[in-house]
Amino acid sequence: MTAANSYRNQPDDRGHFGQFGGRYVAETLMPLILDLEQNYRAAKADPAFQAEFDDLLEHYVGRPSPLYFAPRLTEELGGAQVWFKRDELNHTGAHKINNCIGQILLAIRMGKTRIIAETGAGQHGVATATVCARFGLPCVVYMGATDVARQAPNVFRMKLLGAEVVPVTSGAATLKDAMNEALRDWVANVHDTFYIIGTAAGPHPYPELVRDFQSVIGKEARAQMLARTGRLPDLLVAAIGGGSNAIGLFHPFLDDPSVRMLGVEAAGYGLDKEHAASLAGGRPGILHGNKTYLLQDEDGQITEGHSISAGLDYPGIGPEHSWLKEVGRVDYTSVTDTEALEGFQLLCRTEGIIPALEPSHAIAAVTKVAPTMSKDQIVLVNLCGRGDKDIFSVAEHLGVKL
Amino acid sequence: MTRLAAAFAKGRPALVTFVTGGDPTPEATPAILDALVVGGADVIELGMPFTDPMADGPAIQKANLRSLGAGTRTADILKIATDFRARHPDVPLVLMGYANPMTIRGSDWFADQCTAAGVDGVICVDIPPEEDPELGPALRAKGISLIRLATPTTDAARLPAVLDGSSGFLYYVSVAGITGMQQAAVGSIAEAMARIKAATDLPVAVGFGVRTPEQAAAFAKVADGVVVGSALVDLVGEHGVNAAGPVQELTAALAAAVHSARD
Repeated sequence: MTAANSYRNQPDDRGHFGQFGGRYVAETLMPLILDLEQNYRAAKADPAFQAEFDDLLEHYVGRPSPLYFAPRLTEELGGAQVWFKRDELNHTGAHKINNCIGQILLAIRMGKTRIIAETGAGQHGVATATVCARFGLPCVVYMGATDVARQAPNVFRMKLLGAEVVPVTSGAATLKDAMNEALRDWVANVHDTFYIIGTAAGPHPYPELVRDFQSVIGKEARAQMLARTGRLPDLLVAAIGGGSNAIGLFHPFLDDPSVRMLGVEAAGYGLDKEHAASLAGGRPGILHGNKTYLLQDEDGQITEGHSISAGLDYPGIGPEHSWLKEVGRVDYTSVTDTEALEGFQLLCRTEGIIPALEPSHAIAAVTKVAPTMSKDQIVLVNLCGRGDKDIFSVAEHLGVKL
Repeated sequence: MTRLAAAFAKGRPALVTFVTGGDPTPEATPAILDALVVGGADVIELGMPFTDPMADGPAIQKANLRSLGAGTRTADILKIATDFRARHPDVPLVLMGYANPMTIRGSDWFADQCTAAGVDGVICVDIPPEEDPELGPALRAKGISLIRLATPTTDAARLPAVLDGSSGFLYYVSVAGITGMQQAAVGSIAEAMARIKAATDLPVAVGFGVRTPEQAAAFAKVADGVVVGSALVDLVGEHGVNAAGPVQELTAALAAAVHSARD
C-alpha cells in the first residue's frame, strides 16, 4: 500500500526523502546516476530480473533466513519475547550479500564489465568480491589503509575471491576516505564501471535500490512472524551504521501502526566523547552524494566517527533514516562500545550464537528495552552478521591473548 | 560590465588559476594570490578546503589537508577574499569548493558573505543542476555568478539544464576524471567547444589536467580560457610559505602562452 499518508512511498521523483537524500554529485557522474535510475526502474518492473534475484537469494545466499525465538535470552531479560531474524546465516555471514546480488544483476543488465566498491570492516568488500567471482567480473575494492591493517582476515578473503584490494591512505584512511576514492575511480572510469555501494546511502537512486534489495529481510520476517505467531511484532530493533540492515527490516513494517521501531547507533566511547552516532550527535549536511545527518564541525568539515565495530564507524547515515527520525516514525538510540561488548557476550552465553559487533549494539539496546515490556509482547532483532570476523578484536578488548 | 565578463573580453584567451585557500597557512595565501595576479592571471579561483574533496586528485587533496591542518576556517577564507578585493579592485575572484562548507549555515548566509567579501562567482563541485535550489537562487539573488561545470559526459540533451542558471563563464572539464591527472586530446576539446558554443554565449574555460604552458597554449587555441590548478598547487606543496616566487614564475609562463595562443 502506498497511500498518500504512507511511510513507504519515499523518495520523491527527485530522490528526496523530505529534505534528505538527493543527488549531490559532480557533473561527470550525473548522467550515469540518471542512467542507473532509469535502468533500475526497468529492472524493478521486469519479472525476469526479480526471478533471477529471488533464485540467487534462495540457492546461493541461503534464504529465507530463519526466524528464531531466543528462549534463554528472553528468560534472562525477564520481559518481552526476543526473536531474531537470522541474517548472519547468509552466505558470507552478513546481510550485505542481499544488496550485492541485486546490484551485480543490475550491473550486468547495464552491460558494465568492471565492479568497484568501498568497504570499512571488509564485510561489504567480501560480499562484493563474492558476487564478482560468481559472475566472473573484475573487482576493485577500496579500503582505508587503517582498516586494511586491522581487518587482515577479510582482506585475505577478498584476495582469495579474486578481488584487488586498494589501500586508501588519504584523509584518516578509513571508510569515508575509501568511499571518496571509489567515487574518484568511478568518475574516471564511467564508461565501463559499476559502483556497488554497500549501504543505503549515496546519491539517488542508491538509497532506494539498496533498501529495496535489503527489504527481503523485512518481507520474510513479516510473513514468518505472522505464520508462527499469528501477529506482528511490537518492536523491531536493528543496528545502524549507514543503516542498510535496519531499513531492510523496517521498511516493510512502516505502515503497520502497531509496530514500533528502534534504530541503534554506535555511541563509541560515549556521546560526549568519540562516537559514530550521526543522528544523536550530528546535524544535516551534504556528503557522498546525499543530504543527511553527518558528524561535522560548525564549518561543515566532516569529523571522524569512532566505534568498536568497524562496520558502524561512518560519520553519516542513510537519508531515509534521517527522514524517519524527523517524521518520528522510528525511534533512534545509541549504545557504547562497552555495552555492545556485553551484548555480544550475553548472546554467546545464552543462545550459543556469536554475533558480529554490529548487531551486538542492537542486542545491548534490547537488554534495556525488553525488561520494560510485558511477557506477551514481541521484540524482533535483526541479527545482521556473525561474529567470526570480530573474535580478534573482542579478545583484545577483553584482555585475552590469542 | 562585470569583472568576470571583462576578464573574457580582452580580445585574447584568459588564464584562470586555482589555489587552495589556507595552503600552506591562511597567512601565506595573500602573497600567493598576489603572485597569480602579478604573473598575469585573468581570473583567480580560491579553493575552500574540505575534508572530503572527492573530485580532486592527489595534489589538491593534499592541499586541502595542509590547509585544514594549519587550522584554516571558513572565516579565514572569507577574510582572504575580502582583503584580496581591497588590494585588487578589478581582478575577478571565484570561490571554488564543495557543497557542505558552502551551505552548512544556509545558502543565504553564504551568498551574503560572498557579497560582503567582493566575490564574483562560485563553483560548487557537487551541486548539479538537479539540486540547484540548495545554492543557486541565493547566489543569483545577490548577483553572484554560479559557474557550473560541463563534462565529456554532459550530452546535448543535458547541456541546456547545465546552462540554465549559469553565469560568469562555463567551466568545461576536459576529461572524465579527477583534477590534475590525465590530459585530454586537443581534438576532443575543439569538438566539445563547438558543441557548447552553439548552445551558449557564455565564455568557456577548459580545465583538469592542464599543467604546462605548452598544454595551456594548445587548449587556448580552441577555448575562451584555460584553468590551471594542480600544477600551481604542487608548487605550494613544494615551497610552502616561500611559494609566491615560483607561483609567479609559472603563472607568467602560462599567461604568456595562453594570451598569445592565437597570435
